[in-house]
Amino acid sequence: MTMSRGLRAALTAFTVLVLVGIYVPLLLVLVNSFNIDNTFGWPPPGLTLHWWQLALQSVGAREALLTSPKVAALATLAALAFWTLAAMGLRRTRFYGRHVVSLLIILPIALPGIVTGLAFQNGFRTILGVPLSLWTIVIAHATFCIVTVFNNVQARFQRLGGGFEQASMDLGAGRWTTFRLVTFPMLRSALLAGALLSFGLSFDEIVVTTFTASSHDQTLPLWIFQNLFRPNQAPIVNVVAAFLMILSAIPIYIAQRLSGGTAESMTGAR
Amino acid sequence: MSSLIDRRPGLRVGLLLTPPMLWLGVAYLGALAALLMTSLWTQDDFTGLIERTWTLENFQELFTVEVYRTITVRTIGIAALVTVIDAVLAFPIALYMAKIASPRTQRLLVIAVLMPLWASYLVKAYAWRGMFAADGPIAWIAAPFGIDSPGYGLPATTITLAYLWLPYMILPIFAGLERVPDSLFEASADLGGRSLLTLRRVVLPMAFPAIVAGSIFTFSLTMGDYIAVRIVGGTSQLLGNVVFDNSGAANNLPFAAAVATVPIVVMLAYLAAARRTGALENL
Repeated sequence: MTMSRGLRAALTAFTVLVLVGIYVPLLLVLVNSFNIDNTFGWPPPGLTLHWWQLALQSVGAREALLTSPKVAALATLAALAFWTLAAMGLRRTRFYGRHVVSLLIILPIALPGIVTGLAFQNGFRTILGVPLSLWTIVIAHATFCIVTVFNNVQARFQRLGGGFEQASMDLGAGRWTTFRLVTFPMLRSALLAGALLSFGLSFDEIVVTTFTASSHDQTLPLWIFQNLFRPNQAPIVNVVAAFLMILSAIPIYIAQRLSGGTAESMTGAR
Repeated sequence: MSSLIDRRPGLRVGLLLTPPMLWLGVAYLGALAALLMTSLWTQDDFTGLIERTWTLENFQELFTVEVYRTITVRTIGIAALVTVIDAVLAFPIALYMAKIASPRTQRLLVIAVLMPLWASYLVKAYAWRGMFAADGPIAWIAAPFGIDSPGYGLPATTITLAYLWLPYMILPIFAGLERVPDSLFEASADLGGRSLLTLRRVVLPMAFPAIVAGSIFTFSLTMGDYIAVRIVGGTSQLLGNVVFDNSGAANNLPFAAAVATVPIVVMLAYLAAARRTGALENL
């Protein structure tokens, strides 16, 4: 591609600089989890494993670490079922009000989480009189997970078209057989990627969760936020943060294996 | 059954769309509508119970009390600033990723940009709390130059939010630029366009819908944030804080609902404007 050498060099340098800026704060969390100083003075006066030991014994953190995956798994399952249906329904069909439906689908991501959260809280508590529980968190999470599932499935449909399914039906397979043997295998990796993203999104979410969780359902982000401002808990929070950061390498690895590095399956932003 | 569905494609679409549309159209839109209704109700100061009588009291308070006006303007301002910062940071990186990097480097960069997206939101905000701490790294770097670290406050909030949402801006622009064929760069060069002119007259206009698509995320996410500002903002408040503080059990839910309509209106206006650029197809 034609681009002057000066511009190329400038772009390269800029990219490196921003990447450094992206990773320095994250490294700081990692280093501070070993920082002997419990107010995180920089540079660290010494290193210790003491905080990691304390964090292992923290009951609150351990319980939250069990609640979060439970919520994320349930929300992911619901999101997969509902938003895959939506993507299938909106595929290749033109009908009156289609763009209204499309707008409806981007609404849960386009509106700030605080609006979604408050709307659900108000809907459950004030309007329906339903007490908040694990299930209210799941319903709210599954709603915003529409981004990841719908977008991945829709992108896959667009890329592959309907030729294979038509061929299958021309050869005499029924609708259900075609779905089982053609459509589903075609979607499988898109669904996996969508599920992975939904799980990550839900696991990490705090704003909507704050509004839809009862006082005794504590997900990991809620636990972190609650303990963040307590001076004697700060080092433990830092360890949990560092642990979560290391944990996030797992989904990235899986997504890489799934997609071979295309951005499509790794982000909800498409 | 099956043959009936074959003959009536409308029925098939209807069956497929009914469950998701019940969820979105009835449950989600219903909850949003109920939120708007609640904003027109009032709360009994003594019993704390919500009275279902219609009143514009909450909106009156929202528009007339000076502090809420200030917070609204501040929130929109920070959302705009964060969006501009992210666009300025993201465009060169996306351009490098899409048009300069070798396929191998490109893959690595996609991972490098996406990796922080998987790191928890709280962890990242928390990381900046460490950066801006009174004796943290920023103070440590600035001290020899005789500069004070800005500490916790609105500048720290803006930087942290821009950091948090940066990947949401890079990815759509990268995707948009990848779709710009290389031949356009060559055509521009053949016609005498220098690199910068090509960027400004050819690449930027083509990337614009993608930038707008990214800005929907950065703008919306900032409009609703109240966590980051609690972590690095010191005592500063954004709209989200007002909503959150009023939504607790002992507080004023109808007023919280009224405040929450501000981001809804702003985002609907933003989406309507974004639609005209064709950005929604880039989401």
